[in-house]
Amino acid sequence: MDELIKILGLLINATLVATPPLLYAALGSCISERSGVVNIGIEGMMTVGAFVGATLGYFTENPWLSFLCGGLAGAVVALIHAIVCVSYNADQTISGTAINFLAPGLALFVSRILFDGSTDTEPISDAGRLPRMFEGVFPAGSFWNNVLCTHVACYLCFACVLVVWFLFYKTKFGLRLRAVGEHPKACDTLGINVTKTRYICVVLSGFFAGLGGAYVTLATINQFRPIVIVGQGFMAISAVIFGKFTPHGSMMACLLFALCSGVKVLASSYNLVSPNLISMIPYIVTILALVFFVGKARVPAANGKPYIKSK
Amino acid sequence: MTKKKILQGNALYTVIAIVFGFLAGAVVLTVAGISPIATYKKLTDSIFGQPKYMIWSVVYGIPLIFTGLSVAFSFRTGVFNIGAEGQFVVGSLAATVIGITVDLPPILHVPLCLLAAAAAGAIWSAFVGLLKVKRGINEVLSFIMMNWIAFYLSNYVVNLKGIKAEGKEATVDILESAEILLPLSVRQMTGCKSVNYGIILAIIAAIVIWYIINKTTLGYELRSVGFNRHAASYGGINADRAIMKAMAISGAMAGLGGACHIMGNASRIAQFAGQEGYGFQGITVALIAGSNPIGCIFSGIFYGAMKYGGLKLSTIGAPKEVLDIIMGTIVIFIAVSHIFRHLLNRKLKNREE
Repeated sequence: MDELIKILGLLINATLVATPPLLYAALGSCISERSGVVNIGIEGMMTVGAFVGATLGYFTENPWLSFLCGGLAGAVVALIHAIVCVSYNADQTISGTAINFLAPGLALFVSRILFDGSTDTEPISDAGRLPRMFEGVFPAGSFWNNVLCTHVACYLCFACVLVVWFLFYKTKFGLRLRAVGEHPKACDTLGINVTKTRYICVVLSGFFAGLGGAYVTLATINQFRPIVIVGQGFMAISAVIFGKFTPHGSMMACLLFALCSGVKVLASSYNLVSPNLISMIPYIVTILALVFFVGKARVPAANGKPYIKSK
Repeated sequence: MTKKKILQGNALYTVIAIVFGFLAGAVVLTVAGISPIATYKKLTDSIFGQPKYMIWSVVYGIPLIFTGLSVAFSFRTGVFNIGAEGQFVVGSLAATVIGITVDLPPILHVPLCLLAAAAAGAIWSAFVGLLKVKRGINEVLSFIMMNWIAFYLSNYVVNLKGIKAEGKEATVDILESAEILLPLSVRQMTGCKSVNYGIILAIIAAIVIWYIINKTTLGYELRSVGFNRHAASYGGINADRAIMKAMAISGAMAGLGGACHIMGNASRIAQFAGQEGYGFQGITVALIAGSNPIGCIFSGIFYGAMKYGGLKLSTIGAPKEVLDIIMGTIVIFIAVSHIFRHLLNRKLKNREE
């Protein structure tokens, strides 16, 4: 029994380690998609956030400032996406693809300049890493220590779900955001500024993606490497689809996907199943969800379509 | 009149985008305190400095021509094959597995590997087509999922017993009978160990794709579905079946690219740490070529040359990632090229009045 509780604690711990980067990025993706702008550049924005977070964490040793700047860096990248897609009506998928070249390229480029030709940044000192909640309250290795002693920023990401939910469903801006993603023309007729709304949403999505990236380097690992993000941005997009484009649904999907990677961590330490097969589960589940539950109707109607006023 | 013609074509705007790409690269280099002139000179030297460099550039370009064709074909038929990445991976996986496990004379082994790769890519892509046709699911979403499933599938297979090389994070090499390399004497003469027949296959593929699009009933159907699915259906074309066929052909191209990469150059698959990007680079190749299959041959070699030349930039202290910045900028400027078209046309009109 004790052994079982211990394993459960470890599983919850591994799940909570994997959740925040996904959840931050998923919230970002959710905001952008609901406003009608497809953002597959999330991956690139996360990479930039991860790099900026790690770099500032190393130089300033101020974790919260670095975390915030990681988010802002993501927002700056997202601004490019917004300009190209919202102002100039370019194909959103192509723009996102370009950003996935451009943003990681830029991050690695700067890394090589700052860190002596290396694409790995220097490790962040303990003072520069994001703090944990309830540090030292529970005995090390105990169940409650595994479950509750996670990073403050992990608690924060669940709070962000609440904030985004409130924004979506209880504020005027949220109503506009959702309307703009469904029928921009009607919104325009009613005097809602479609361009401005979409700009705010895309930039916000980059901000959240950047936070997700920065979480990886400032909390989970203590440095940036080119492979720290690999696929998490795309997994966040899957989570949003699986979560039917709602913040709370996305959160449940993120928890499920994070559980998969938790199982992966445990299973590989016990050598049970190939971790590569477990890694496929989130993507297979998302395809199944698209086939059986989500369907066409749930995707925001104007998603991916530029809004051209004169048409 | 000729001026008008140039302004209406795509080539001018592609050139503008490429110029902007290199300008953006120059700006980033300058900010970083690296001379852009020295960097671009090194890049040019590393591509054109010796005949064997140019041959290497073509070798690097071969898989990109195929993924470029894959994406270009999908563009022409109104779908967006962002899944060429995954189809490339399953194609190379199929070629590798058949190349290792089956022992046949080259005359049978090579076609079998190519066929298996094309089939794997086609199935990978047609499945997404099926989801689109039957359940109305946006292909971009399911392609992204399929890319990652292919990614982990490849890592899974690479680690299987009998496939994995002892003590390495890669498969064993494919048998010699599955390779498409030129004879050893030719390879030694050119000084490039990977000169292969892939470029001939790529050119044939480009011509076939051009022929399918422009000269066959299938191509006509695909193009009409691409223009307007409903109008095509009204005109008696089975749009669903056309989309499925288009996606299968597109996937087969990417799969063949994977096969040529393995059989002509890599000889094995290593465990992936991140996506290798051949499929995504294919999007750039197709965009630079303006979705013209013949153009993909040149833009594929262009991208291949950049990748090969970029490898040597580190010798002068310039990060090779500057190429990603250049390529990303090119894609962005091609994506917004309609603005330049609009501006230039307006200028021309003003002058006429």
